[in-house]
Amino acid sequence: MLKLSRNEKIAIAIIYFLLIALTLAFLIPFIIVFSTSFISDAEFARRGGYVLFPESFSLGSYEILFGRSKVILNAYGVTLFRVVVGTGFNLAFTITMAYALAKKDLPGRVPLTIFVFITMVFSGGLIPRFMLVDALGLRNTLWSMVYPGLINAWNMLIMRNFFMSLPDELFDAAIVDGASPPTVLLRIVLPLSMPVIATIGLFYAVWHWNSWFDASIYIDRSNLKPLQIILRGFLEATNMQGLEELAFIEDPPPAASLRSALIIVVTVPVLFIYPFLQRYFVKGIMIGGIKG
Amino acid sequence: MSQKRKRQPSPSAGIAKDGKYRRLIKRIWFYRFYYLLALPGILYFIIFHYIPMFGIVIAFKDISPFGGVAGIIEAPWVGFKHFNRFFNSIFFWNVIENTVVISGLKIIFGFPAPILFALMLNEIARVKFKRFVQTVSYLPHFISWVVTTGLVTALLATSGGLVTEILNDLTDERWSFLTNPDQFRGILTMSHVWKTVGWSSILYLAGMAAIDPALYEAAAIDGANRFQMARYITIPSIAFVITILFIFEIGNLLDAGFEQILLLYSPAVYSVSDIIDTYVYREGLLGLKYSFSAAVGLFKGVMAFLFLIATNTLANRLGQPGLW
Repeated sequence: MLKLSRNEKIAIAIIYFLLIALTLAFLIPFIIVFSTSFISDAEFARRGGYVLFPESFSLGSYEILFGRSKVILNAYGVTLFRVVVGTGFNLAFTITMAYALAKKDLPGRVPLTIFVFITMVFSGGLIPRFMLVDALGLRNTLWSMVYPGLINAWNMLIMRNFFMSLPDELFDAAIVDGASPPTVLLRIVLPLSMPVIATIGLFYAVWHWNSWFDASIYIDRSNLKPLQIILRGFLEATNMQGLEELAFIEDPPPAASLRSALIIVVTVPVLFIYPFLQRYFVKGIMIGGIKG
Repeated sequence: MSQKRKRQPSPSAGIAKDGKYRRLIKRIWFYRFYYLLALPGILYFIIFHYIPMFGIVIAFKDISPFGGVAGIIEAPWVGFKHFNRFFNSIFFWNVIENTVVISGLKIIFGFPAPILFALMLNEIARVKFKRFVQTVSYLPHFISWVVTTGLVTALLATSGGLVTEILNDLTDERWSFLTNPDQFRGILTMSHVWKTVGWSSILYLAGMAAIDPALYEAAAIDGANRFQMARYITIPSIAFVITILFIFEIGNLLDAGFEQILLLYSPAVYSVSDIIDTYVYREGLLGLKYSFSAAVGLFKGVMAFLFLIATNTLANRLGQPGLW
């Protein structure tokens, strides 16, 4: 490394300081919520509000969330359905269409691509979409969280671009060897595409895990509500007693603690998984050159 | 040569045409497997994207929310009645202003933030520290808006929010943030920056990683310091990415952050935070004024479309590829 001047050293020191401050800004809200989730009724009464470090750890909130009610476990089940089945459907539909549109001399390929592209720049809006889901009889079914978002046009085009980047010789050689088109797709293309499939699959899975709005307008029945909806209900309720989901509690821990515990319960899976998978996500961003 | 062929008066034109069609049909048959693969996707886009596009006819009719599909067909045409009502209502300029101002604030603060963040990270020589900061900065991207707004509320709620309570104890005033029209747009902007800064820096960092180290070495030999390197090597080499992403941001100006606002706002701050999308949601799905809110939604869709075309044309004029 080159020798740094005094000014440069000062600048680097300021950068370190700012980056550490920023890192804390990302982490502290989670730490506060994590700590608050363990706070007991007595400590809450004494200290009030949210705390950075609890004096003693009480698991009361978690016991209530998992022990005395099936609401949270049921919501976990709904969310897992979304993530597993939903992502599976997403991938099946996205891969097949992307593979077809990647065929360079397929008659009608350009019009079909434009047909998809139009949906990216213009949409009928919220009301027609809602009425459609209603008319199809999907409201209050788990499928209302799967079908309307089957293919994300961006993800499909990312995958198409990847398929198009595979060398033509690969296909020619397989065809010469007598492989049928389905065999080429299943035996040659899919194994080669596992990184991009994993990336797109993770995009879809995280989207399913975090989705709230679609379920909030399509789902009224409480046994079909995913985690994010239940969490929102908890956060919104100013008076915990008034909440239908919590009617079973006789001696509730502090509301702040319960809310925090549920935030942790909803966030922890993603929190633990993303550091290990981030390289896939970053790769997906690079391929598509997209944000979000 | 092809021109010559075109000019030839061909007595067998009909046959040639037939042959062309037959060849095309043959080719389509040859690719039948691929059409079969594309079919489910095509059906999906028709059902869930194109049918709602035609559903905008309800904006020109007076439909009842309980009539179903038959109700849509039978409902009387009313022309631009709903549009006129929206343009003349007291909410029109309010929701337009809120949409553009909130979006604008997010661009002013949220757009340069990841560039600065990436420039700072680029100066860090310790790989482990750099990687740790990066990983932590991605965290907010992976959590839902429900959780994010839950965190914001835990800190800033008028009663029980950590920051609010601390300020109440330290000062004589009673503080409020989420219900205070003077603070609310600032909170929207800050939570947006918090959630996006790390993730948005990825493309800039990738651009910086692609810079040839020889450039920096040559600059160092010429006596350039770190500031000059950032100014004359790093920033110019990501200028292209900056331009493209900025055009994207401007093109999405009418998307001011529907879910974030819906989860965070309250009647106390409607005056500064009610955007087109939240207005459509309240009037339509809560107020059951389907035709009226579909008209408002269509207005937004058309404006957003024109905006995207305008910014994209601008991008092409500047010699950038843009979206298409």
